[in-house]
Amino acid sequence: MALFEINNLTKRFGGLIAVDNLSFSIKKGEIFSIIGPNGAGKSTVFNCINGLYKPEEGSIQFKGENLIGQRPDQVAKMGIARTFQNLELFAHMTTIDNLLLGRHLHMKANLGQILGLNFRRSKAAKEEITHRRKVEEIIDFLELESARDQYVSNLPYGKQKLVELGRALALEPELILLDEPAAGLNQEEREEMVFWIQDIRDQLGVTVLLIEHNMQLVKGISDRILAISFGKKLTEGTPAEVLNHEEVIKAYLGEVV
Amino acid sequence: MILQLIISSIVAGSIYALMGLAMSITYKASEIPNFAQGEMGMVSTYITFVALSSFGMSFLPALFFTLLFAFLLGVFLEFAFIRRAKNPTPLSFIIITIGFQLMLYGFAGWKWGADQRRLDLPFSETKTIIQAGDVTISELNLATVAIAILMMGGIYLLLNKTKLGLAMKASQQNEKAAQINGISTKRILAISFGISSMVGAIAGILVAPIITLDPSMMWDPLLKGFAAAVLGGMKSLVGVVIGGFMLGLIENIFGFYISIEFKSVVAFVIIVVILYFKPEGLFGKHYVRKV
Repeated sequence: MALFEINNLTKRFGGLIAVDNLSFSIKKGEIFSIIGPNGAGKSTVFNCINGLYKPEEGSIQFKGENLIGQRPDQVAKMGIARTFQNLELFAHMTTIDNLLLGRHLHMKANLGQILGLNFRRSKAAKEEITHRRKVEEIIDFLELESARDQYVSNLPYGKQKLVELGRALALEPELILLDEPAAGLNQEEREEMVFWIQDIRDQLGVTVLLIEHNMQLVKGISDRILAISFGKKLTEGTPAEVLNHEEVIKAYLGEVV
Repeated sequence: MILQLIISSIVAGSIYALMGLAMSITYKASEIPNFAQGEMGMVSTYITFVALSSFGMSFLPALFFTLLFAFLLGVFLEFAFIRRAKNPTPLSFIIITIGFQLMLYGFAGWKWGADQRRLDLPFSETKTIIQAGDVTISELNLATVAIAILMMGGIYLLLNKTKLGLAMKASQQNEKAAQINGISTKRILAISFGISSMVGAIAGILVAPIITLDPSMMWDPLLKGFAAAVLGGMKSLVGVVIGGFMLGLIENIFGFYISIEFKSVVAFVIIVVILYFKPEGLFGKHYVRKV
C-alpha cells in the first residue's frame, strides 16, 4: 500500500487552475520528485498537502488518513515536515533554537516547565535532555557545528537551507517535503545537498517528496519522477523514462517552431 | 522631598509598567494594540470586588477567580472578535478593540453603576510601613511595587523559559514556519490575549484602592501604560518596564517642579515626541521585514 496518495487534486485561484486533476502515489522509503517549469504548480501541491491551501477537489491521503481540511499544525503532527523554496526560518533565533522549535511537537508541557523551573532530576529536565540530544544529533548529521549558536539571519544562504532542513528533521517525520532544496545554492553546495537527501532516506529512513526544476539534481537521486506542466501531469516514471519523454523536453525547452 | 517624589514615581511606574506589559504581550504576538486592555482590567477588578463583598470570599480565592475570569475574557476577545476579522488591517483591529472597550464600559456601567466604590485589599493605603523623616511608604505602596516586580519576573520567565513562550516567539517571528512545526498559532494568540488580560487585571486591582473603583478608573492607567510601552519600545519587555518607571519619574518631577495641572499631559507629549524621533522606542529593536 502506498504511504502517501493524491487523487484527482484540483486547486484554482479565481480563473487560474494551478493544479489540474493531479494524481500520484509514493511508497514508503522512496525519493519521489516532482519536476516542472516555473509556475507549473509544484509549490501549490505542497501547500495543499500541508494545509496552507484548501484544494477544491480531490483527496490527499497519508497512511490512510485524509489530509484535506487539516490545519498545518495538525498535518505536522501526523508526521509530515517540509521546507520552503524561499526559506521560512525564525530569523531572530539561533540555529539551535530553530531546531528545538522543530521538537515542539514532541515536547510535553508540564508544571515545572510552565513555572520555568528545571530541577536537575525532574521529568522536565530529563525530557529537555532528550530533545537537546536529538537536536545535537541533527547538528552532527548535517555538520552544522559552526552555525550552532549563531543567529540564523547571519548565516550564509546555503547554511540557512541546511538549518531549515534540520528543523524539518527535528520533527522526526515519516515524510519530508523539500521545496527546491538546491535553489540558490552554488555547485558545491548543491552536490552536498544531494548527499544529505540520500542520507535522509538511507540513514534516517524518511520518505522524501521533492520539488525541483534542476534536472541534474533530480536525475541522480530520484527513484521516480512526476513531470507536470500548467498543473497537469505530463508523465510519471523512472528518471530515464521521464527525462527523455518528448512532452517533458517540450515543456522545458519550448516547442521547436 | 525628592526622595518621596522618587518613591511615588516608582509606585506609579510599577502600574504603568504592568499596563504597558499587558499591551506589549499582545502587541508582540500580533501587532494589535489592544485598547480594550484597560476596561478588561476594570471589569476583572469588579469581579474581585463582587467576590470580596457579595460572596464574602477572602482575598486569595477572590484573586484566583479574578485571574481565571480575566484569562477567559482575553481568550474570548481573541476568539469572538479578533479571529473573525476578514482580511484585517491594523486599523480594523484598533476599531475592534475600541468597540470591545466600549462594550465592557457600557456593561460595567449597567451592571455596577457609575458609583465610586471602595475595594478593600489586605494591604491598606493608610497603614505606614516605613516612616523616615518626611518619607512615608504605605503598605499599599510596598505591595504594589512588590507584586509588580513579581509579575515582571513571572512574565519574563514565561516568555523566555517555557515551551509556551517559545511557541509565542515562534508565532511572532514567522507564522507559517510556526504552523508547519506543529504550533497552532491561533491558539497561541488566544493564550497571549488571556495572559495579557491577567496582567491587566492585576494592574486594575492595584489601581482601584488608589483612585476608587469605577467604570472609568482604567482610562488614565491605560494611556499611561501605552505611553510607557511606546517610550520603551512596544516589543521589548525590558524596554516597557524601564519606560514605565521613566514615565512615572518624569511625570512626578514635572508635576512637582513645573505644573501640577499639566502633569497628565506629559505622557502624551512623550508619545508624540517618541513617535516622531524614535518610533521603535528607546529600547525597541527595529527589524526590517524582508519581502
